[in-house]
Amino acid sequence: MIKIFKIALRNLYRQKRRTYLTMSIVAFGVLAVLLFTAVAGSFKNMMIGQITDSMLGHLQIHKKGYVNSLDSLPLNMMITIEQIEKLQEVLDGIPEIEAYSFRILLGGMLSNYVETTNIRLAAIDPENETSVTPLLKDRLLGGNFLVKGEMLVPDLIAKGFGAKVADDIVIIANNAEGSVNGKSLKISGIMESVVGPTGKYGYIDIEDALDILRMEQMEINEVAVRLKRIEDLERVVAHLQSTLGTMQNKEGKLVFEIHTWDKLSPFSSIANMIDVLALFIKVILVAIVLISIMNVMVMAVYERVKEIGTLAAIGTLPWKIRIIFVCEGLFMGIFGAVVGSIVGVGAILAVKFSHFTITFGRSDNILLNPDISLMQISLTALVVVIVSIIAVIEPAYKASKLEPIEALRKG
Amino acid sequence: MSIIIAQDVHKVYRMGEVNVPALRGVSFKIESGVFASFVGPSGSGKTTLLNLIGCLDQLTDGQLTVADQDVSALNYTERARFRGDHIGFIFQDFNLIPVLTVYENVEYPLVMVKNVPKNRRKEKVLSLLEAVGMSDQRDKFPNQISGGQKQRLATARALTTDPKLVLADEPTANLDSATAYKIIELMRKLSREIGTTFVFSTHDTKIISEVDTVYTLEDGMITGTLIQKGAE
Repeated sequence: MIKIFKIALRNLYRQKRRTYLTMSIVAFGVLAVLLFTAVAGSFKNMMIGQITDSMLGHLQIHKKGYVNSLDSLPLNMMITIEQIEKLQEVLDGIPEIEAYSFRILLGGMLSNYVETTNIRLAAIDPENETSVTPLLKDRLLGGNFLVKGEMLVPDLIAKGFGAKVADDIVIIANNAEGSVNGKSLKISGIMESVVGPTGKYGYIDIEDALDILRMEQMEINEVAVRLKRIEDLERVVAHLQSTLGTMQNKEGKLVFEIHTWDKLSPFSSIANMIDVLALFIKVILVAIVLISIMNVMVMAVYERVKEIGTLAAIGTLPWKIRIIFVCEGLFMGIFGAVVGSIVGVGAILAVKFSHFTITFGRSDNILLNPDISLMQISLTALVVVIVSIIAVIEPAYKASKLEPIEALRKG
Repeated sequence: MSIIIAQDVHKVYRMGEVNVPALRGVSFKIESGVFASFVGPSGSGKTTLLNLIGCLDQLTDGQLTVADQDVSALNYTERARFRGDHIGFIFQDFNLIPVLTVYENVEYPLVMVKNVPKNRRKEKVLSLLEAVGMSDQRDKFPNQISGGQKQRLATARALTTDPKLVLADEPTANLDSATAYKIIELMRKLSREIGTTFVFSTHDTKIISEVDTVYTLEDGMITGTLIQKGAE
């Protein structure tokens, strides 16, 4: 086999320029895939981080059917105190969970004693909420973060309403029984509105919400959960589905529903689009490798017809002739993959250490932090090597099936 | 004992719509160990006959036995194996493998055809290079040696696997007459020393004085046989 490798390598060296060019094309393809995967992956992770950390959390738990009714912010699908206790027991028992926050989402009226407008509100425990959505405070355009007796007003309403920090306002809302209640609050801050399920909501303290809704004991309609590592999301959701997701009430109906961030945010389709683009780039790489190596090997067979005839004439079995050509394609693929991987990792590190920044959502100057795993590099290289072999199968088979007499005559 | 027995061998090539007969009922026997030649003008059927004997081509009709094997019954792979086991080839254009050195060209059939272990290969290759006077050129590539040296190298390669039969198609056609004569002498010497049957084709009547048995071919038929020496 070593002799076959030697022959294959020397054959590649015969047409140095062509071989180097083909290997460069393969290497460039690998470089492009690795760089794109790393940069797009970084952008995607950053984007997901922005969405989950400023509003959604990594996953949410609601009463069964609540998400489908979210537009009407129903108050008759509340998680009761007993269910909250059960939830706490389950969530506290999952080590992958970093924090969770109880929310009451409600619709109401906002009045500054002169004008009144509709508003959607998220009632939160400020301390827990900032553990689950640490970028929430970054949305603050002016004033201070939430404390009891105060309110965060979305900027769009504040502008239209002429509301300022420290202004007195009244929140009026219907409770589950239909009675109208109100409470005076002070504007503690103006929040920047963002695209997303609760992006244009105002924020009040959950205890103020209990007052407004005249609730005697805690009831909530949303639990936002943050994990220590988003990579554990599937595992944690599976665990929650098996515990909370199967829990039934007295009527035998399911109590909870669990949604990951991507099921709740329109941005998940952008994240999916990034994955599709990465796949598209990989398909282009496969095409580049396939066409480049097949082209070179078809030419090699055409150029070496007489030599193949000689090898066959002196008794070289067809499969050994095939192996020579397969090795040539394989070496081109391996060299291209290795060089492309090395240059690709170099390019990724260059982008990383150039401290390239972008603007997205709440944050300016977000540092692009491209990263790629050894597994992804190995997988890309493996695909290139496999495609190289596939590319050379047809020319190699053709070479091995040449009639020696015809080959010797044609040469 | 005959190494080649041809009985009424026909070969017809199809050229478009036309059948072109290249051999028209050729019959002969060549004994083991002789130094034989097919002589004739271009188009007489010499190369076709050597190609059939060498299992590079298949006959249209008749029977051809080489080294006790009816070669017309062999399929593609069997013919390749038969060639590797029993036949050595020397080509008019030398047909050396350009990416291999002189040593590696001779070694090639032992590695790729016979799977001989490395220590035995070295001994065999060095003795053959010595026999053809190419020991001092062993590390050169084919494009670094002369035409005569190339043909000597091709001769050594043809003998590497100890074939029963060496076929040489116009081995001197690309050489000047002095070199051609030396190559024929070398082949003859090796044939005598090793006992391998050499059969070659030529249209050079000056070199046939060195040959044991000469078959004259014309228009695809044997028109004469001359047994000079050592073939009986």
